[in-house]
Amino acid sequence: MNNEIGSPEVIVPSVPADSGIVEDRTQRNAGNLEVSRRGGLEAVGVHAWFNKHHALADVSLHFPENTVTGLIGPSGCGKSTFLRLLNRMHEFIPKAAMAGEVLFEGNDIYAPGVNPIEIRRRIGMVFQKANPFPAMNIGENVVAGLKLARVKTDDKDALIEDCLSRAGLWNEVKDRLKAPGGSLSGGQQQRLCIARALALKPDVLLLDEPCSALDPGSTLRVEETIVQLSESMTIVMVTHNMQQAARVSDYCAFFLSDGGPGRLVEADLTTNIFSNPSDQRTADYVQGRFG
Amino acid sequence: MTTYQYTDVVPQPRRPWDHSRATALRVAVLVVLSGVFGSLLNSFTGLSGFLGWYVGLAFAMPLLAFVGSVKHGWNMATDRLATSLITVAFAAVTIPWVSIVVTVYQKGSKAFHAKYLTDDMRITPSSDLLQYGGVAHAIIGTLLMVLIASLIAVPLGILAAVYIVEIKGRFAKMVRFLTQAMSGVPSIVAGLFIYATVVIFFGGFSAWAGALSLVILMLPTVARTSEEVLKIVPEDLRSASYALGASQARTTFRVVLPTVASGLVTAAVLGIARVVGETAPLILTASYFVATTTSLTEPIASLPIYIFSSLGLGDDNATTRAWGGSLVLLGVVFVLFVFARLFSSRLSRK
Amino acid sequence: MDSPPEQREIKTYYTTVDKVFRGFVSSAALFSLVVLILIAAFLLFRGFEIFADYGLKFITTSKWDIGNPEDPSTAVLGIGAMLVGSVLTAFIAIAVAVPFAIAAALFIEYYAPRFLRTLLTAVLDLVAAIPSVIYGIWGYVVLLPLVEDWSATLYKYLNWFPLFNVQTPIFGRSPLLAGLLLAVMILPIVTSVAREVYGQAPRDLVDASYALGGTKWAGIKTVVLPFGKSGLVGGAMLGLGRAMGETVAVYLTLNLVFKVNFQILASSGGNVASLIANKFGEATAYELKGLMAAGLVLFLVTLLVNFFATVIVNRSRKIV
Repeated sequence: MNNEIGSPEVIVPSVPADSGIVEDRTQRNAGNLEVSRRGGLEAVGVHAWFNKHHALADVSLHFPENTVTGLIGPSGCGKSTFLRLLNRMHEFIPKAAMAGEVLFEGNDIYAPGVNPIEIRRRIGMVFQKANPFPAMNIGENVVAGLKLARVKTDDKDALIEDCLSRAGLWNEVKDRLKAPGGSLSGGQQQRLCIARALALKPDVLLLDEPCSALDPGSTLRVEETIVQLSESMTIVMVTHNMQQAARVSDYCAFFLSDGGPGRLVEADLTTNIFSNPSDQRTADYVQGRFG
Repeated sequence: MTTYQYTDVVPQPRRPWDHSRATALRVAVLVVLSGVFGSLLNSFTGLSGFLGWYVGLAFAMPLLAFVGSVKHGWNMATDRLATSLITVAFAAVTIPWVSIVVTVYQKGSKAFHAKYLTDDMRITPSSDLLQYGGVAHAIIGTLLMVLIASLIAVPLGILAAVYIVEIKGRFAKMVRFLTQAMSGVPSIVAGLFIYATVVIFFGGFSAWAGALSLVILMLPTVARTSEEVLKIVPEDLRSASYALGASQARTTFRVVLPTVASGLVTAAVLGIARVVGETAPLILTASYFVATTTSLTEPIASLPIYIFSSLGLGDDNATTRAWGGSLVLLGVVFVLFVFARLFSSRLSRK
Repeated sequence: MDSPPEQREIKTYYTTVDKVFRGFVSSAALFSLVVLILIAAFLLFRGFEIFADYGLKFITTSKWDIGNPEDPSTAVLGIGAMLVGSVLTAFIAIAVAVPFAIAAALFIEYYAPRFLRTLLTAVLDLVAAIPSVIYGIWGYVVLLPLVEDWSATLYKYLNWFPLFNVQTPIFGRSPLLAGLLLAVMILPIVTSVAREVYGQAPRDLVDASYALGGTKWAGIKTVVLPFGKSGLVGGAMLGLGRAMGETVAVYLTLNLVFKVNFQILASSGGNVASLIANKFGEATAYELKGLMAAGLVLFLVTLLVNFFATVIVNRSRKIV
């Protein structure tokens, strides 16, 4: 196992295939304590249910620090469900249930006594549909998370500028921070939502099809933003767009449902997934033969 | 890299976010402590009785919740403060509801005797012993007036809904708006209007006049509920009928309305429940009569006026009779609601 | 040249049956318009003499004296005090009911377990349908002694505060009692409207607030409450309209005195609707005209309140 995989300098396509982002189950079950000491975010044998419906089965996946992982697969394969499990948003769906563990910096975020609010603050999320708060202006939207959490900031203006710059929006909105968030274009709104998530200085950022509602130009801007952000944080993004996964992600995880619960078929370096997948279904999907 | 190997063992679903035993314990301690505080206030200050105790509890609980969780940070503390404040306020809202039902039952059942529902007050003064007399005249009068009112208001209400949903006429928005405005007409004004027209014109109080005043109050409820119901009918059902060459009239009467028949019954029942207890308009239109009658052109009794007039006398037995009438009336409203629920649940199952 | 072809208009030709059907339904639908116009017309017609005799003084005078029953010219009729009473009791009702309605609506929509939510929504409809005469008798028998007690306590400790002062310490059937009873009566409708609009708060914004590490309360404060603001105002105004038009409950719990009274603990007041119920029984012909005029004023005032309430509620529904 290459436990150094989390460090930024090894995010190059030439990393050996057995990079360790997929945990071999036998090894994990052997009680390898190393697993829980790894940084970043890790799902271990995760299942999800909605009422009686088994939506996601037995997913184990490690997201090394400062990397971008793309979750790909056809609709209804449980990608978004999996994503929402990673920062405890899953539990807001009535009658939802789960099994397994999600380790964040080595600790199970579903353990008793864990404050989910703290988890969500450190594992940020951006949704499919841009959802800036309509009652707040652009600047207020950026610091909304701080306001919700009643975190005091010394220099709010500097923070707003910093977050908007990192989200690649500063130059476009610096003259109209007092304008309502809804006055921006769809792509700008999505980057505003990213800036809003950044203001809490999260360690992980989860993106649920962040570009699905955007035009190609805005999509490229958001993708650039994601790549830049990945220098300092772990990013997990759900995407339907194969080109996008290829452009942006270091690793890819392919999910598929054969009518039953969604399962993880294969996870590997993005180059391997696209050029040399080990499962025929992955090959079929990335070449556009179904889905 | 090999493909992931599945195991077929499905673990037990967990809901780790559900309230843990620790949370339950925390809430229990909170409630008990607040209750004790309420009792202390109860015994050492002027806040007496159940309400006094509850006021004590209601002040203590949010405060304790806040103080108890402030060590977890300001956010958690305000969240718990809000939760307990909202819960305590909601519980306070239900106190009058429970009190009304319990009081009506306790006091009202004292007026009941074997023939309470079958006797009238023809030869019994309101202050007479409770084993005499009954509410038969009031029940019959109410039934009669509500029946007539329904026969007029239900078709009119449904037609108004048909106009809005099916015909989508030029004035559809206006009709909906007017119906909503009509639901705000004070009941006494409806009574005054019928008095100014029907009663004065025909020279006296009558069941007819009473029923007509109820029509004004019943129509908005029927129209509004019917509109909601008609909106459920899927558009392709209408298209299917039109594609078979049916006229709009036939489509409406043979396809749309039968599909939602049970929903329309709900609309009618809710309309009835709305007016069955109306008092003010009947004072001005139907007045009151102590004997059982089915004449539509004379003053007639009704349950609300029976209650109202018995109450005005200040006599203990008369007041008990008022409670008895209230129990009957409340029972009628409850039964009507159960009916409405049954019919509407049948609709939603379709 | 490829200029676009001329557009043909599609006309629906209705058959005779459909024409009759549409005409019939349309005329039935206009029933409510006709009734509303007739109400205004007839009350104006029957009460016209009063407006002619008193003009605006009818709504500013606070005296109801029929003088010599044989001679209308000796009568002095005015509903000033009653209008003040209508507004005062209705505002007490709103002031008490709205905070509780907000809490109850939030509880039902965001805090109660799911099975309880359905049940409570049904209960809300049910208590909204409890007849006002039952609320009235409960207010008269159960609430009256309680409020008398509280009033005495309030007066004892807070009589330096103008609102809680009275001329004579008799606290029986006061605006406070009637206002509290009205609060209980309008709570279901205000809560219903509030619950409906709060339930429509956009899910994705609530999610956004959770994803930013907001607590439940933070989400409600930043998303739900601002979203439901105008709907709540509409619901409160619906309640206001109900409270101003209520007859029997106020008749039973408020002492009818023809004097403008702002002392909410004093056993004195009345509202327009209860005046009509009160004076109707033994009214002289001239007095009856006065009651018709009072009814017209009440009708117009409640219509106006309801008009704005409906506009606001409808608009808040449309946003969704």
